[in-house]
Amino acid sequence: MEERQTTSSTATKPKTGTTKQKRARSGFWRWLVASVAFRLALVYLPRNLRLSTRPEVATPLTSIRRLAEGYWLKQSAMSPYAGSMYHGSPLLLLILGPLAVKRIEGQPEHLLCSLLLVIADIFNAMLIRAIGQSLQKAYAQHLEALDLFNLSEESRMLPSGDIAALVYLWNPFTIVACVGLSTSPIENLAILLALFGACKGLVPLAAFGWVLATHMSLYPAILIIPIILFLGYGPDAPPRKLLPQRSYRTCGSSPSSDQYCKTEDVTDLLELRILFSWRRVSQFLLWTFIWGIYFLFLCDISVKQYGGLSEMFKRTYGFILTVKDLSPNIGVLWYFFAEVFDFFRDFFLIVFHVNILFMMLPLAIRLKHRPGFLAFVYLAISSMFKSYPSIGDSALYLGVLALFVNELAGK
Amino acid sequence: MAFLSILVSALLLLLPSRGSSAVAAAAAFASGSAAIGEGGAGEEDFSEALLLKPLPDRKVLAHFHFETGAPETPSYGRHHRLFPKSIAQLVKKFHIQEMELSFTQGRWNYESWGGFEPIASSNAKPPGVELWAVFDVPPDDVDASWKNLTHSLSGLFCASINFLESSTAYAAPEWSFRPGPGSLRYGTLPREAVCTENLTPWLKLLPCRDKAGISSLMDRPSIYRGFYHSQRLRLRSVKTSSDGTHSSIILEQTLTVVLHPNIQKTSTVNYGENKLQPSWSMSSLFGRKIGGTCLLAKSSNVYLQLDWDLVRELKHLQNGNQELGVESIMEESFLSNPAFVLSDEPDKVINEVNSRSEGSSAILYEFSVRKHSDLGPFDLGFTWKTPIVWSCPQLPLRVSRFLMGSGNERGAIAISLRSTRVREGLTNAQAMGESCKLDVNVFQVVPWYIKVYFHTMKVFVDGKPIAVSDIIEKIHVSPSEDKVSPGVLEMILKLPCSVDSAGFTLEFDKGFLHIDEYPPDANQGFDIPPAVITFPNFHVKMHFGEDNSSKQSAVLSRFEDNIPVRSYTEVLLVPLTTPDFSMPYNVITITCTVFALYFGSLLNVLRRRVNEEERFLKSKDKRSSPLSRLRSKLSTKLGGKPVVTSQSSARSSSFISLKLILKIILVAGIAIAWQYFSE
Repeated sequence: MEERQTTSSTATKPKTGTTKQKRARSGFWRWLVASVAFRLALVYLPRNLRLSTRPEVATPLTSIRRLAEGYWLKQSAMSPYAGSMYHGSPLLLLILGPLAVKRIEGQPEHLLCSLLLVIADIFNAMLIRAIGQSLQKAYAQHLEALDLFNLSEESRMLPSGDIAALVYLWNPFTIVACVGLSTSPIENLAILLALFGACKGLVPLAAFGWVLATHMSLYPAILIIPIILFLGYGPDAPPRKLLPQRSYRTCGSSPSSDQYCKTEDVTDLLELRILFSWRRVSQFLLWTFIWGIYFLFLCDISVKQYGGLSEMFKRTYGFILTVKDLSPNIGVLWYFFAEVFDFFRDFFLIVFHVNILFMMLPLAIRLKHRPGFLAFVYLAISSMFKSYPSIGDSALYLGVLALFVNELAGK
Repeated sequence: MAFLSILVSALLLLLPSRGSSAVAAAAAFASGSAAIGEGGAGEEDFSEALLLKPLPDRKVLAHFHFETGAPETPSYGRHHRLFPKSIAQLVKKFHIQEMELSFTQGRWNYESWGGFEPIASSNAKPPGVELWAVFDVPPDDVDASWKNLTHSLSGLFCASINFLESSTAYAAPEWSFRPGPGSLRYGTLPREAVCTENLTPWLKLLPCRDKAGISSLMDRPSIYRGFYHSQRLRLRSVKTSSDGTHSSIILEQTLTVVLHPNIQKTSTVNYGENKLQPSWSMSSLFGRKIGGTCLLAKSSNVYLQLDWDLVRELKHLQNGNQELGVESIMEESFLSNPAFVLSDEPDKVINEVNSRSEGSSAILYEFSVRKHSDLGPFDLGFTWKTPIVWSCPQLPLRVSRFLMGSGNERGAIAISLRSTRVREGLTNAQAMGESCKLDVNVFQVVPWYIKVYFHTMKVFVDGKPIAVSDIIEKIHVSPSEDKVSPGVLEMILKLPCSVDSAGFTLEFDKGFLHIDEYPPDANQGFDIPPAVITFPNFHVKMHFGEDNSSKQSAVLSRFEDNIPVRSYTEVLLVPLTTPDFSMPYNVITITCTVFALYFGSLLNVLRRRVNEEERFLKSKDKRSSPLSRLRSKLSTKLGGKPVVTSQSSARSSSFISLKLILKIILVAGIAIAWQYFSE
């Protein structure tokens, strides 16, 4: 509903200076450096916070200890999926495993891993910023096309990209997930890569991010709808029926009607421009296919001697979908499945997972002109109802939420 | 003839005769006739023995040993004269190569009862039930055989051995528990309570039950009053024919109890600072005497064992007395000595021929029950005269295991090995120089709800952390799988002989179980089965000289077996978080309410449009079809009632029913798809 408020209330926005914005720009970098320094300070804290064993941070899917155990098993010539310890991607194991085990004398444990996660967090923030900027630009373009340019000068809008990036960086959830050595910053990186690629129209990047995110944690698979909408309609299309409405209103309300009614043709042209572009979507699907094959090939190489791909899917996606681990986390599923009668287990597994899928289509229909917001809603729903939620997931959707700070501010 | 004898003996054994002499006579008749009937080699034989041993901490160890052998007997068919039929069937059906089942109550005290001796190595068992078996079947059928075996044994011994059937309860150690090939399965039930209901079926396997012979000593209250009670059954089957149809089976049944002699009989006189050890006799220990022999037994002996350290102390005492000028005969057998007095004259004195560095060796006094019970009930008495302090042969390393950490989320298991320094002379003698290494073989089964992180293993030697690869020679890990299999850790530690203490820790997370998986009284905690520590460098083996005394007695020939020293650690009790058992319904309804709230509110947000709703309401009248408008007008004219509402509700209800049908079809489709894929 925010978009309605925005479009209707842009006219009443007060004017602000441009120097303020410049100051805000330099302030952004300062805050970014400060957040990195804060993370490093926490990593180097002499007293071990033991955040990596907290159930809020480390779920069976994101725990670094389980990853290290999987790596140890692999090093001892066993399948990393032997036992019920590791349930993540074999590719993540290849990258993070050596870092998780390596210990530098005199330095805190898992230092290399922490640094990698800090870098991932910075990347995430930069991607959120880029997404916010491109969304804002697209929004401004649309207002311009609607001949509301004088009302929509950039100076009046809050720099939503910067704000979202800082909200992401300074969110205590993000900081704890990063310092607590959960792998969720890397999963978030893949999701944001996909959204960024889709936002900028970089089809291969979007496909890569989507395939990687789906490979790592399954639930981002539903983001394919916002990505397709992004690519099909562009970053931020106003609701189609608002266009004739708006032009009609301006046309009708103006005193010199013959002059303004020409704009109606212009908006018709605009309407043509925001038609769904099937070409990019088919490109995206092709790239998704290519990346999918590529990732499957890589996984097949790395798990060939340990039971192959079917074993990998059973241990990763199967583990996610069947909620086998009943250790507590911030979700409700463990609590429910620890007590539910065995007879109903399958039924409720379906019900709970369908709950995520069920609202996809209605939301997509309703929010198809704002794929960014649609992506946020999907992220929020899946991070609430996924089988092993952690605060790293919440950090992502809270960060993305701040992209819509202008709309939330009621401007 | 054989059939007749079995019939007669069985009938007579069933008779409720109090006096054992009648049974003995009958049994004698039966065995005699059987001997006439069968004759020759390949005879089933049974021998019984009781070994008594004073322990340094004023207790007495009683070790009953019964051994029944059934050699390959094609002539018998499926029948046996002495051997229990149920066991023979078990062996035949499940192709058991070797099996050991033990029921234990109490914990063997390795420090004061000894660890480096045959009885401790083979009869000190973990509390509860321990079962292991080696099967002679193809590797794929081993698990099925094991499952069937557990159920059969469960019925046979009135115990919940069938809980070992679940794949989460047993493990398949490859080399650490028992060296040698074979498909071994190992399982323990630490919580199992052991009582007479387990002893009675065990006694039923004996030819004389507890009616005659040594087993008649087994007075239930006095046995279960003991500090340690371990009842064991061991089967060995040896294939004799090439096609594997016939095999000879040896059934070994032992009962090891540690008893405290009745205090009131001992004199309260104090000799210096040392208290006199309590004197005892069989009647004071068990409350019974051996009335008669089991005539089916080939040999029936009572042994009294004196540890080598006790023998050394006795020698010291004797030498001291001689120096003081006291007249005493220097005798190897100590039949007359200033320290103790035996109530009966032993038939034979067996000296252990050993190469122990101290130059003294253990002594066994043999009493034949047959000879002694001729005159009346046999009651061996042992009376101390002088206080003597001695110690039992100690393990090379004292092993203990404990839990670290707090809270219900995680913890760590630590196994610590501390040198006893007693064996130092031996180890030095065994391997000179600095290259001396002490092998320690660790076998640990961890239930799946203790999720061990094997990469967190830390090893400490003499308090200093060292690299894992420096000390572990060989390691085999099979990590636990949730609700499927337990975690198994097998490893060989190579410690330097000069080691003072060593230890290793493993971190673990505590698992969370489904409400149905918790046992009754879940708040008591969960048991981690004991770790089995074996010292492959050290073997307990006693040599008994050149006279073939050991050939006659089964218990002595068992002592001569070359088995590595083995010890068990303590059972650990891990408290796990328990859910609210009483209210699954509350949990289900609360969770479902949360979901319904989410779903309803989201649906509401999606459906409602603030502006459009008003517009919709306004346009509703316009939109209604001219036909319906006409009808409503007509009806208002006719009835004078507003029918619009009813009409609209009818419309909506028909719409809903269409939706409902669609939904039902959707759900049915999903259900069919689920069914298809789940199959």
